Amino acid sequence: MRATRYRGAAIALTGVLAVSLSACAGGDTDASGPADLKMALWSSNEGHLALLKKIGDAYVAEHGDEVTSITFEPVTNPDYIAGLTTQIAGGDVPDLAWIPEASGPEFVDSGILHDVRDTLKDTEGYDLDDILPAALAPWQDDKGGVYAYPFSNSPFALYINEDLLAKAGQPDVKSLVGTPNYTWETITDIAAATNSKTGAVGLNVPTFNPTNWSAVTMLGNAWGAAPWSEDGATCEFASPGMIDYLTWYQKQMSRGAIPAVSGNAAPAAFASGDVAFSIAQLSQSGSLDDSFEWSFLPLPAGPKGYHPIVGQAGVSVLERSKHQKQAAGFLAYLTNPTNAELLAQFFPPPRQSLLNVKTLSKAAPKLSPEEIQSAIIDVVPEAKVKPQHPVLSQFSDKVRAGLDPVWSGGDVKAAVTGICEQISPTLKG
Amino acid sequence: MTARTSAANDRRVVPSRRPRPDGDRWLGVAFVAPQVLGVIILGVVPFLFVIWYSFNEWRPLTGEMKFIGLDNYSRLFADPTFSASVIASLLFSAGVLVLNLVIAISLAVLLNRRMKGITAFRTIFFSPVVVSVVAWSVTWGFLLAPDGGLNGALRLLGIDGTNWLADSSTALISLVVVQVFKGVGMNMVLFLAALQSVPEEIREAAQLDGASPWKSFWSITVPMIAPTILLTGILTTIGSLEVFAPVQLLTGGGPGDATNVLPFFLYRTAFVSQQFGYASAIGVVLFAIILTLTMLQWTSRRKWVHDEV
Repeated sequence: MRATRYRGAAIALTGVLAVSLSACAGGDTDASGPADLKMALWSSNEGHLALLKKIGDAYVAEHGDEVTSITFEPVTNPDYIAGLTTQIAGGDVPDLAWIPEASGPEFVDSGILHDVRDTLKDTEGYDLDDILPAALAPWQDDKGGVYAYPFSNSPFALYINEDLLAKAGQPDVKSLVGTPNYTWETITDIAAATNSKTGAVGLNVPTFNPTNWSAVTMLGNAWGAAPWSEDGATCEFASPGMIDYLTWYQKQMSRGAIPAVSGNAAPAAFASGDVAFSIAQLSQSGSLDDSFEWSFLPLPAGPKGYHPIVGQAGVSVLERSKHQKQAAGFLAYLTNPTNAELLAQFFPPPRQSLLNVKTLSKAAPKLSPEEIQSAIIDVVPEAKVKPQHPVLSQFSDKVRAGLDPVWSGGDVKAAVTGICEQISPTLKG
Repeated sequence: MTARTSAANDRRVVPSRRPRPDGDRWLGVAFVAPQVLGVIILGVVPFLFVIWYSFNEWRPLTGEMKFIGLDNYSRLFADPTFSASVIASLLFSAGVLVLNLVIAISLAVLLNRRMKGITAFRTIFFSPVVVSVVAWSVTWGFLLAPDGGLNGALRLLGIDGTNWLADSSTALISLVVVQVFKGVGMNMVLFLAALQSVPEEIREAAQLDGASPWKSFWSITVPMIAPTILLTGILTTIGSLEVFAPVQLLTGGGPGDATNVLPFFLYRTAFVSQQFGYASAIGVVLFAIILTLTMLQWTSRRKWVHDEV
């Protein structure tokens, strides 16, 4: 009797564990009926989530026969792609996902994303042609397939701390814009002088650390430099333009215009008030208050002229989603002209019709109309997306290791030659 | 009849050699089952999967998996980044092991005395153990920055400090120091407990025989705390070969591959390069290295640990 009771207890305990584990494993849902959609997000900003939920609720109310609920799920891993990959590898595939531009070509090339061109084209009032061709290009394949809507198409610009520059006795930088003197050379001269007189940081790139090396190499386009050829097959780190640019960058670090790299730490924030110039996007203006006077200007020109750059994020339907059709339907709704205008209160839109001061003022109410016009609206149509490559993830770490001597004052030519030796076989495929 | 009665009585008195009744056995199973299941499900099964993945090319985002035999291993042993990573791991581990044990034993000897306020000192040295490794690493990041606390202090002494985390000659040793001061308190406590179990009369007898304090320490104390040295040595070696957070937060594996230790190389290969199969092969090799070093330490104990419990 006692034995039977204990055996029962052991079996029950094992059963509970088994049930718990199977619950953890999750289960399949029916792909044919109304779907519960899930979208993975890089952002956990409350404003972003509230807006998406509002749009999602409206869609469910209108299309209850197709979609019963939409969940917006921030992936909280500090490395978003690592978190998303882990989630997908574990079988928990979201229906839609926020995709950063660095992963765009790789995701498009490897067939992870679902082609939504027909859905977008056939959706009444969507107006696919309104999307800037340059903004959409990174998300298309050779056959014209569309694999994401680049909901954020945000140019990089120069934030300047006017109070700090005045304190250091430096000239008015705003008056230089549009003149031949508005160059990186002038800006770094002022940055070095400000650093020398006040001890503050001269010029920084807040997103730069050695593992995010592209935040610095992207600026090389003003020196005519690109990390690889247009077709991605040839390494161009060792090109004269890139060597000139990195040598110049190294010189700026040694004279204090740009802070030295300290391990993998992120540079000081512009919002601290202790940075004279910062290269960042529109969204940074949200973190700034009135504690000091600041301005938002287009990037200066380099030896090879003015070359604006945009950073992007797209929203895609995943090929492995069990509800591609429903997810594509929601994507078309989320990014139609009406909702794109709502999204524009946080993200500079890729739609030509929304590139106006009125719409963008909602995204950055602290910027003046002139700043929005000169640093965003005038810039976006001709801007190029940050350098991307379909197999970037496979060689990114080799570039990181190869560039380290540059940040610590080593031989630039030897470093970039070494990088090309390392990554050329991968680039050639 | 009498004989039968006597035999029956004997059976009651002599302890039974039969297995315990079923009830007790199942009770034991019930108590042990969660732990055993936990180890099997969360340890053994994933490890077997990792071994299997290491024989495959697995692209997690597309879900494609292709059996490629030993290709990941042959590629790994020809990969210069892997060689650099093994060297970085072994140097880091050796540095942490030596520095940690020397400092932990020294602190334990210094703090193994009865005096006013000694508990406060012990608490101070132990406190980093309970601090979050992220907070600890970030704080050290500020201290080791070019214009950080350490260089500021050196400037007061008229010395120009270096960029500790970006200089390939100092980055790894900086990480060793960060890791040692984070964990030395735990080993110090273990050594304190071991020192307090060394009978005072043996040391006194040695002193009466003319042994100096140094001789007494090497010939009496060290042999008697050898089991603790073995234990802390094994645990510290394993912990140092698994280091990740300080590398991620302080150096990102750089400069170059100077601090690209195996767990960090594995992480970047899996989650940045999206090569799960190749990363699994790194994981299996890392396991083999840890197992080999642990076995070496364990088997070498016969030569120097004479007081095993």
